[in-house]
Amino acid sequence: MAVAASIAVEERPVQARMASPSRFGDKAFEWLTLAMAMAVVVLIILIGWQLWIGSSVAIRKFGFHFLVTSTWDPVAEQFGALPFIYGTLVSSLIALLIAVPLSIATAAYLTELAPLWIRQPLVSLIEMLAAIPSVILGLWGIFVMIPWLRDYPFPFLKRLFGWTPFFSGPIYGPSMLAGGIIIAVMILPIITSVSREILRSVPDLQREAAYGLGATRWEATRIAVLSYAKKGLFGAVILGLGRALGETMAVTMVIGNTPQIAASLFKPGYTLASVLANEFTEATTDMYLQALFEIGLVLFGITILVNLLAQLLLRTITTTSTTRAVQ
Amino acid sequence: MRRSDSHIWRKIKSALASAIAFISAVLVITPLALVFFHLVINGASSVNWDFFTKLPAPVGTIGGGMANAILGSLELLALAGAIGIPIGVLGGVYLAEYGSARINSVLRFLADVLNGVPSITWGVVVYGLVVLRFKGFSAYAGGLALGLIMIPLILRTTEEVVLLVPNGYREAALALGVSRWKTIVHIVMKTASKGIITGILLALARVGGETAPLLFTAFGNRFWNHSLNQPIAALPLQIFTYAISPYDDWHRQAWAGALVLVTGIFCVNILVRFLTRGRGATIA
Repeated sequence: MAVAASIAVEERPVQARMASPSRFGDKAFEWLTLAMAMAVVVLIILIGWQLWIGSSVAIRKFGFHFLVTSTWDPVAEQFGALPFIYGTLVSSLIALLIAVPLSIATAAYLTELAPLWIRQPLVSLIEMLAAIPSVILGLWGIFVMIPWLRDYPFPFLKRLFGWTPFFSGPIYGPSMLAGGIIIAVMILPIITSVSREILRSVPDLQREAAYGLGATRWEATRIAVLSYAKKGLFGAVILGLGRALGETMAVTMVIGNTPQIAASLFKPGYTLASVLANEFTEATTDMYLQALFEIGLVLFGITILVNLLAQLLLRTITTTSTTRAVQ
Repeated sequence: MRRSDSHIWRKIKSALASAIAFISAVLVITPLALVFFHLVINGASSVNWDFFTKLPAPVGTIGGGMANAILGSLELLALAGAIGIPIGVLGGVYLAEYGSARINSVLRFLADVLNGVPSITWGVVVYGLVVLRFKGFSAYAGGLALGLIMIPLILRTTEEVVLLVPNGYREAALALGVSRWKTIVHIVMKTASKGIITGILLALARVGGETAPLLFTAFGNRFWNHSLNQPIAALPLQIFTYAISPYDDWHRQAWAGALVLVTGIFCVNILVRFLTRGRGATIA
């Protein structure tokens, strides 16, 4: 019996006999990395929770009115976020109007139309633009862009479109339009580079088919590439919108920081992010601080929704065409 | 005859579209050129020995430097790295090496969403978590805010480069009886180390220019910081404060600070390009 048992042990496969010395190490390392990866889940919850408890009293006191009233009076403790929501949306919309056509045209140029030797240098330059910190763009905005806008383009726009409410009234310099323009500069690189990735992921078969039918370069780009990538490009735009809504320093420095809802884009405005940047350290009363936390919550809510939408749009694109996106 | 006419017209249209696309590309990089030009014009003359070695001069007096802000920024980056690098790198390793497809797609999705959270939001959150709780602005709070921003950035880049390591490397190590975690640490992460470092450097360059999360965490300081429990100066914060001040001499120094900051960030970016060039040759 004993002999038989020992033979049975001998005959067990080699692999099973070798004690794996570090099962514990393997498990521990896997759990450690899992815990670290879970940080992204924890962080999302943490942000939402902190903003919620930070503003719970204000939410109970003001309720839905917070979003639709426009009194911002810290002394009387009356808080309504409407001018900030308005300013955020309008400045982001201006930014998109400027940045989207430029970015998509640039992306098309980089992937389809440009001579090959020019592509990589251009991409590098756009990456450098993306690397400029917001505060430095704001500095440039205050001392270079605003004086220039005030002296040349703004009077020109006023002469041309002064009859519409959007370009009427006195020209100050710091204004909703200036804020929109500086945000446009901030989001140009991201929309361009994401759009470029999207266009690169369009299968070459599309292009070959168009050229095979005798299309010119532009026709192939328009029919075979741009229309094919429509959904992904929309995702890139929405991603840019998400960045635009949360842009803080550069906007704060050029938008004028006046909580008002004015039709004229020459008038100063205020955004959700700017009011946080300017007033957070000045919040003297608890209710003031609560209201600012609620502003943060509103901003977080809007940007998270926009980013979710963008990621959903982009995800469907990249999963269907990852094979070429790796290139 | 008509056919060739329409052909010429189509050719012209194509050339026109290319021209418009080219002009768009030029317009996109114009701000870069303009910002850099004005930084050099307005800042270069003020970047001198004093700028790197002196404290800010008292209000109203001319001169002084940003030595404390430069050191402060480095201290904040060290704190941020201590938080962001281990969590980001190990999290990225989990996604690349262990996670199931479903968990990964969720985590990746959340990391991308986190990357879209406005940086000022991190400032507000850390204010609530740390500053309110411990009753004061501090270097720790600023470092934490920057570190949290780094996590999703590093996590995504680490995952990408670890996935690039060929499976044969893992199989070879495992076949030699090396345990899984040692294979990952000594073979996989070592092979991908250039890429991982690239991701870390890019994340540091990105948060090094952040101002919004520091406004009410690190807060800024006109003197040397002697304890990480105290408010600390940072270069971007100092640039902001000086830029919106009414003093000409401060504006001059804001330009100088901006030039130094941008130069630092560009240097890191160029270093990264240098590193990735090597990686492209060995792996892809």
